[in-house]
Amino acid sequence: MLESLYKYAAPQNFYQLSRRLTPWLAGAAALLLLAGLAGALWFAPPDYQQGESFRIIYVHVPSAWMSLFVYVVLAAAGITGLVWKVKVADALARASAPIGAAFTFLALATGSLWGKPMWGAWWVWDARLTSELILLFLYVGYIALQGAIEDRRMAARAGAVLAVIGLINIPIIHYSVEWWSTLHQGPTVTRFDAPAIHISMLIPLLIMALGFKLYYAANVLVRMRCELLEAERNSAWVRQLGS
Amino acid sequence: MPNIPPTCKLELRALQCSRNDALLFNDLSCVLQTGETLYVRGANGSGKSSLLRMLAGLAQPDAGDVRWCGTDTRALGSDYAAVLQYVGHQNGIKLDLTAQENLAFYQALNGGPDAAALITALERTGLASCAALPARRLSAGQRRRLALARLLLWHAPLWLLDEPLTSLDDDGRALFRGLMQRHTTGGGIIVMATHEADIGANGPHRELVLQ
Amino acid sequence: MSVASAFMAVLRRDLLLGLRHRVEIINPLVFYILIASLFPFAVGSDRSTLGIIGPAVIWVCALLAATLSLDRIFHADFEDGSLEQLFLARQPLVLLTSAKVLAHWLLCGLPLIPAALALNALYQLPVTSLWPMLTTLLLGTPVFSLTGAALAALTVGLRGGGVLLALLILPLYIPVLIFAVGAVGNAMNGLSIAGELYFLAALLVLALTLMPLAAAAALRIRLG
Repeated sequence: MLESLYKYAAPQNFYQLSRRLTPWLAGAAALLLLAGLAGALWFAPPDYQQGESFRIIYVHVPSAWMSLFVYVVLAAAGITGLVWKVKVADALARASAPIGAAFTFLALATGSLWGKPMWGAWWVWDARLTSELILLFLYVGYIALQGAIEDRRMAARAGAVLAVIGLINIPIIHYSVEWWSTLHQGPTVTRFDAPAIHISMLIPLLIMALGFKLYYAANVLVRMRCELLEAERNSAWVRQLGS
Repeated sequence: MPNIPPTCKLELRALQCSRNDALLFNDLSCVLQTGETLYVRGANGSGKSSLLRMLAGLAQPDAGDVRWCGTDTRALGSDYAAVLQYVGHQNGIKLDLTAQENLAFYQALNGGPDAAALITALERTGLASCAALPARRLSAGQRRRLALARLLLWHAPLWLLDEPLTSLDDDGRALFRGLMQRHTTGGGIIVMATHEADIGANGPHRELVLQ
Repeated sequence: MSVASAFMAVLRRDLLLGLRHRVEIINPLVFYILIASLFPFAVGSDRSTLGIIGPAVIWVCALLAATLSLDRIFHADFEDGSLEQLFLARQPLVLLTSAKVLAHWLLCGLPLIPAALALNALYQLPVTSLWPMLTTLLLGTPVFSLTGAALAALTVGLRGGGVLLALLILPLYIPVLIFAVGAVGNAMNGLSIAGELYFLAALLVLALTLMPLAAAAALRIRLG
């Protein structure tokens, strides 16, 4: 186990592994997303309160989950790169940031679309939406910092420190925003987690969540290959690939 | 003067350095005994400053290590910081403080005030008359002298100097050569990045040319 | 012993530099009062409106003024090579960084408090809001300096560093803003503010323990 971990921490080995894995992950993601969408759009019954418009949760909720999950991956990869100087981890962090930002944006956009029929407005300062917005700012900050530092290694290390500071702050921001929201609006029904979701609605949701995760894995592997090629462009194994 | 064991040496072992993903130098090795001076030469951008920063512990090599008296400097930590003095490209001087205040700050930071050493340092660098002037009012050459005066505040066996002669006049250069000679005859080690073809130094020295 | 004297040396030098270069301290303060006094022009001088937005404006502007002054914590030292010398001092970098943060708070954070109290009068806020304004600022502004120092260290010497720094730091200030303005609002409505003050104190303790370490780590990265 540990041995194979060591092996795939080397960029060239990881590159080959990623090439082999990507099609499988992408295929599985496509199948799951199709199955999940079918379940979400046809098999799940309409919600007795929200009618058909509730179906947007099948995109919204997995995106929101992924937005947080990817940030945790980003910070964990950053620490790994910082402490053990693993280049693959640096590439993982750098490659994850835009995908995580995209998931966050998707969660915000779908939340806003959902909000229109639900609340009659494109945006309400709901605690979860607000936290998601702040998370988007954190992602944008991370990407901006990466862009501002020319040296790739220094950018990765600085990014790791930023991601850790962000990760410590995320729960603080989350709870303070929740506290703020109850203070200003009174206890509202949190609409984004239906308390007891029916099993026929839940299964497509879980399938979608898994599909999103695999899509992220496939996508991040492709991006990591680009990152590794760029970072290692002067090394022998990349030259060999080109020839 | 605290003594350096005569067997002490600075070892550069297979150092590798890259900047912005481009390799600057690779497999760089060298051993410096007490009393020796190493002149690091090379074109702009060849990695002279990077090498000096690496020797000072400001930057980490991609591969290889630097050893002082046989021990890896990273393991020595602040003990290594205590044996070296580094004068970088920038002077490390606050323009709103007087020459004397600048030096006094570095003394306080590194062990404690020593008025006698401070006055000597100012005198030996020819700055005694402007000790009370804000550094803002000193010329570029005088500011460089002030940075070099830091070397004399306490005795550090290892001097790491990045283009120390920049903006010094002939007088200043001669003066500085004297300081260097004094340091090496006392058993000190100097690593110095320079463009000057003829530094006019005598005593044991070697050269390292970075491509 | 020499640890304490090194700390004091950095603190004294930074305070001295600040006092010799007073514009850099006064300008953010003027900026603070200036932007806070723009709001009445935009929303009108109606006393009840000002009473509602007052605490929020005073705090948001304090946050912006604090952000504006953050760049100076490390920038000059980075440019003139002093930072390298601090790094090569025999004392731990965390300690020297903490001294710099303390100096920054004394020079740029503390003066915000009397300015905020003056703004309190400009916004015709009741006297009951004075005390919570004072305590929340006393607890909140050090968090600004501490958290700001870590991010200022990350962005020191970068092109466009000022705006980038604001982009990175402002989201992290949101919890402080929520609890501080909440406390002032509560006090004006005659409610207890203990809960908010505890939260602010907790944020301060957290920042005190973590941020100097983060700042030292970030400086190490930016120098290397």
